[in-house]
Amino acid sequence: MVKGKRIRVLVAKPGLDGHDKGAKVVAQALRDAGMEVVYTGLHQTIDQIVNAAIQEDADVIGLSILSGAHVPLCEKLMRRLGEENLSHIMVVVGGVIPKRDVQKLRDMGIEGVFPGGTNFEEFIRFIRENVK
Amino acid sequence: MGGATYVKNERGEIEKVILQSGVKVKPVYGPEDLADLDYERDLGNPGEYPFTRGIHPGMYRMRPWTMRQYAGFGTPYETNERFKLLIAHGQTGLNVAFDLPTQLGLDSNDPLAEGEVGRVGMAVDTLRDFEIAFADIPLDKIGTGLTINAVASIILAMFQATAEKYGFALGKVSATPQNDILKEMVSRGNWIFPVGPSIRLIGDTIEYSAKVMPRTNPVSVCGYHIRESGCTPAQEIAYAFEIAMTYIDHVLQRGMDIDDFAPRISFNLDIFGNIFEQVGKFRAARRLWAKLLKERYKAKNPRSMWLRGLFGGGGGGLTKQQPLNNIVRGAYYALISALSGTQTMALCSYDEAYTIPTPQGAIISLRTMQILLEEMGLRDTVDPLGGSYYVESLTNQMEERITEEMEKVEKMGGMAHAVEMGYIQREVAKQAYLYEKALQEGEVHKVGVNIYSEGEDEEEVQLHEYKPAAAEAQISSLNEVRRTRDKRKVVSTLRDLEKAARKGENLMPYLLQSVRAYATMGEMTRVFKEVYGEFKEPSIF
Repeated sequence: MVKGKRIRVLVAKPGLDGHDKGAKVVAQALRDAGMEVVYTGLHQTIDQIVNAAIQEDADVIGLSILSGAHVPLCEKLMRRLGEENLSHIMVVVGGVIPKRDVQKLRDMGIEGVFPGGTNFEEFIRFIRENVK
Repeated sequence: MGGATYVKNERGEIEKVILQSGVKVKPVYGPEDLADLDYERDLGNPGEYPFTRGIHPGMYRMRPWTMRQYAGFGTPYETNERFKLLIAHGQTGLNVAFDLPTQLGLDSNDPLAEGEVGRVGMAVDTLRDFEIAFADIPLDKIGTGLTINAVASIILAMFQATAEKYGFALGKVSATPQNDILKEMVSRGNWIFPVGPSIRLIGDTIEYSAKVMPRTNPVSVCGYHIRESGCTPAQEIAYAFEIAMTYIDHVLQRGMDIDDFAPRISFNLDIFGNIFEQVGKFRAARRLWAKLLKERYKAKNPRSMWLRGLFGGGGGGLTKQQPLNNIVRGAYYALISALSGTQTMALCSYDEAYTIPTPQGAIISLRTMQILLEEMGLRDTVDPLGGSYYVESLTNQMEERITEEMEKVEKMGGMAHAVEMGYIQREVAKQAYLYEKALQEGEVHKVGVNIYSEGEDEEEVQLHEYKPAAAEAQISSLNEVRRTRDKRKVVSTLRDLEKAARKGENLMPYLLQSVRAYATMGEMTRVFKEVYGEFKEPSIF
């Protein structure tokens, strides 16, 4: 990450789940922490999210998933990012994520998993320290 | 101390208490706080205008509240089993959960539905699924809540066709589709069509059911989800009322009389929060709704003035941490609901911060309500907190706050416009952020989260398993229906539906024809998408 450049985060809601309170709260927290934040809105396909990440030149994609479909959705996103040579983009996931799935998500290349209720400070620091 | 902001002095004593809706609580209340109270004008006996104390004279002595846990997942077969389990345990109403593809009008084999079929509710593709889910359910004795919005008109047609098929008189069955699209646009996210046509479809269901299925409650206006998305309790009621009035105004333009449909409009409101603020909220809401219907809409039938509702849920108050504490929270929330004069109660289950409720979670919620009803004296007398200096004073102040929030929406040009422009969405997101910050900074206390959080942090709950096999079974059942139905009939009924939609006719009779021909959810929704287009979410950041 170039020093002094503002981190650009794409907050995305993949799939059909309509619960976006968490996504909107996180978007506001990241913005207050000085990052540039774009929120995709609801009902996004993985392809739409990948395109938005390219358009917005995102350093980070933050997925918010509450429907329980996090494993198939994350698999698909990581595969598409690989195909587009976008593996440098850091991917983090939040929402209703059971503990037993955390390792599964990490193994796919998801760098940070932040279940609902995580402190703002924790994921803001994580992004700052790990963004490429 | 959840749900309020506290300021302490140097001795650690509480100096100031500010409730979420902005009301400042005094250390003690007395007769001077109720000096202006006029019993007849402001309270009235239960069952009498303005219904502050309740809409029925005897309330729970006459009839206990209906218990209606939200249920439904996987295939219609599995959902049917869960319905029977809940009924066998004494549940008195159904509340059907649909999966996300169904809520968004997609067939189970749609590529966008992949991984979602049967996940958060039951999958419905055709009338066949309804026939299976409601087999052996006494639809004339048990009311059915249908948590469906964008495609509520289609689901209502399926419900009617099912009731007819099983031989129930349409005058006896009672469906309560949620059918509140504006709150989907503000908070729950399951919208499809633009604001105008969506409101038209709701108008169709109101007009149609008044004539054909008069015991149906065609709209259940939800402050619930908006509150869960972050707004204050006063805003919850204000937004729900503004939404309800948007639908009412639309139906009045069709030439219906207010008393022909207002009695069947009901509400779905949240019980999460400070006990007294909540009780004050519900009592204020009942009084204000009665006044609005009488004064603004000139309703004559007292039933039009009744705020009937499901006061339930409370999901926003449950925590992932120390999940068994949620059983205790659920009991307090149920108490709020009973003290507030609800008609129907439903509780989020203790495991719901993780998962679709397990059978154990759903039964504990049901038992919580039953314990309250059978053991705690909540049936003994109506509105037991009525006359309390604090509660009456709070009821007055909540009414003022709700009125202020309603005026803000009306200044924006009404709810439909405010939602199209994203004004309400922005305000709700802001409130959610402020609350979350207050929680993280410890201004608002939450046991197991920012206070008494030591100890076991491991998950203790059993998770509801998602079965991909259920999705496969659903898709093959859909394919089977497609193979065996009369294709020409499907095509011709869909063509009639499209023509009627373009002409602006009431679409319910046409939907019924398509449903009976086993047209799929996706096919009917596609017709609407072609005629109406799709909602474009306003950008709020």
